[in-house]
Amino acid sequence: MAMLEIKDLEVCYGVIRAIKGISFEVNQGEVIALIGANGAGKTTILHTITGLVPAKSGSILFEGKELTKTPAHKIVSMGMAHVPEGRRIFQQLSVLENLKLGAYTRKDKNEIAQSLKMVYERFPRLEERKNQVAGTLSGGEQQMLAMGRALMSKPRIILMDEPSMGLSPLLVTEIFDIIKVISESGTTVLLVEQNAKKALSIADRAYVLETGNITLSGKASDLMNNESVQKAYLGE
Amino acid sequence: MDFLSYLVSGISLGSIYALIALGYTMVYGIAKMLNFAHGDIIMVGGYVIFTMCTTWGLPTPAGIIGAIIICTVLGVVIERVAYKPLRKATSLAVLITAIGVSYFLQNAALLIFGSGTKSFTSVVTIPAIHLFDGALVISGETIVTIIVSVIIMIVLSLFINKTKPGRAMLAVSEDRGAAQLMGVNVNGTITLTFAIGSALAAIAGALLCSAYPALSSTTGAMPGIKAFVAAVFGGIGSIPGAMIGGILLGVIENLSKGYISTQLSDTIVFCVLIIVLLVKPTGLFGKKIDEKV
Repeated sequence: MAMLEIKDLEVCYGVIRAIKGISFEVNQGEVIALIGANGAGKTTILHTITGLVPAKSGSILFEGKELTKTPAHKIVSMGMAHVPEGRRIFQQLSVLENLKLGAYTRKDKNEIAQSLKMVYERFPRLEERKNQVAGTLSGGEQQMLAMGRALMSKPRIILMDEPSMGLSPLLVTEIFDIIKVISESGTTVLLVEQNAKKALSIADRAYVLETGNITLSGKASDLMNNESVQKAYLGE
Repeated sequence: MDFLSYLVSGISLGSIYALIALGYTMVYGIAKMLNFAHGDIIMVGGYVIFTMCTTWGLPTPAGIIGAIIICTVLGVVIERVAYKPLRKATSLAVLITAIGVSYFLQNAALLIFGSGTKSFTSVVTIPAIHLFDGALVISGETIVTIIVSVIIMIVLSLFINKTKPGRAMLAVSEDRGAAQLMGVNVNGTITLTFAIGSALAAIAGALLCSAYPALSSTTGAMPGIKAFVAAVFGGIGSIPGAMIGGILLGVIENLSKGYISTQLSDTIVFCVLIIVLLVKPTGLFGKKIDEKV
């Protein structure tokens, strides 16, 4: 059974059908990329999975549990973390306070301290700046904070929305290296990206999204060589 | 000596405004709505104490605790019944609902207690202190108001900054969606905010009616509006802003009463608000609002 199974999902904003009945699945341990142009519905899918946007119809099964009927705030404690588009860190709180909010639903203080240590090891810059107000961090540091904050919930699956957005090429490479490390440590990753080349380079499988429909899917390496993908998304 | 006297009573009046303004500003920060019925919770608190202590003859502390409990429950019920169904409605619809709730509370009080002004017995029993050979008299109400307000503000600051529900409130006020992703129950947090704001309004009601003992169904209206002005003055959504805005407003009001004109004092207060908003539209401690394009 897939870890995350999306079936015939339909999402509407008013009368506009943003997601037109899509199905896909994410297996334990995989890195799955959802690629597509601006407005294809990638962010909407992630928002629907974590309950920020209601589904019109269809189902989202996470480890056998139906998420479309689960309130948004209950989802993180089920083992799913979401690094939202635009990072959405708490700008007025310190780095450490942001990270602690990431562990909001966890009770065991020792385990939280361990997670914090692990996040600091993975992002040494966050430890250097732990008392700094998060809004004063650079874009790359804010992305690291958003990822670190998500890891603080000790997720089994992590959804990442455009982690490369607005970052310099060097930082993009760094962020993708970190995603690889997160995946290698056993966390399943569902990645939404406009930077299709980077996304396909670390993904196991990928789905191509066009105006609310999945038009292509397959192994990332196959899609990388697919002519239409190359033309539309890889600029070759 | 006059100046000191005006200043101290101004700080005392301002502390009451600050307690009420905290309710406005916290609800605005977290639920993103202006709860114009907030001022009327003060009046309800006043009537609860009046009924329990004067009519039924219960001891003062019982009356105060009763007022806090009833106002807290009332605040939560108002949120559930009137505002929660409108969570996704336009802010104008919520605002009009809040004004409706305000009129509802005032008229309910009119129906239950009649239109006659009730003479409120002060909840403060400590005597006034006389300083400088009697040149400066500070009433017991003034002393208690300032002390109680300072304690409440310290406790509230600690609660917001040091406890988990407090942190959740800050997170919700900054980004509701991101807070949900952290596992924060937004509806629960909004309920908690209404509960705290209404409890503070009950305490403000006890202090206000002790200092100005005429109790009627519109007792809360003017202080409510002034406290709203104080919250805007300090920067709506900002907790230190509400505290400082409230105290400044009380001081400005009392100094204008003392040196300029009693009749004009309210005019002066509102003029100060207009000037502040012209110079710094976000208020003293308001944060810049970034419009997302």
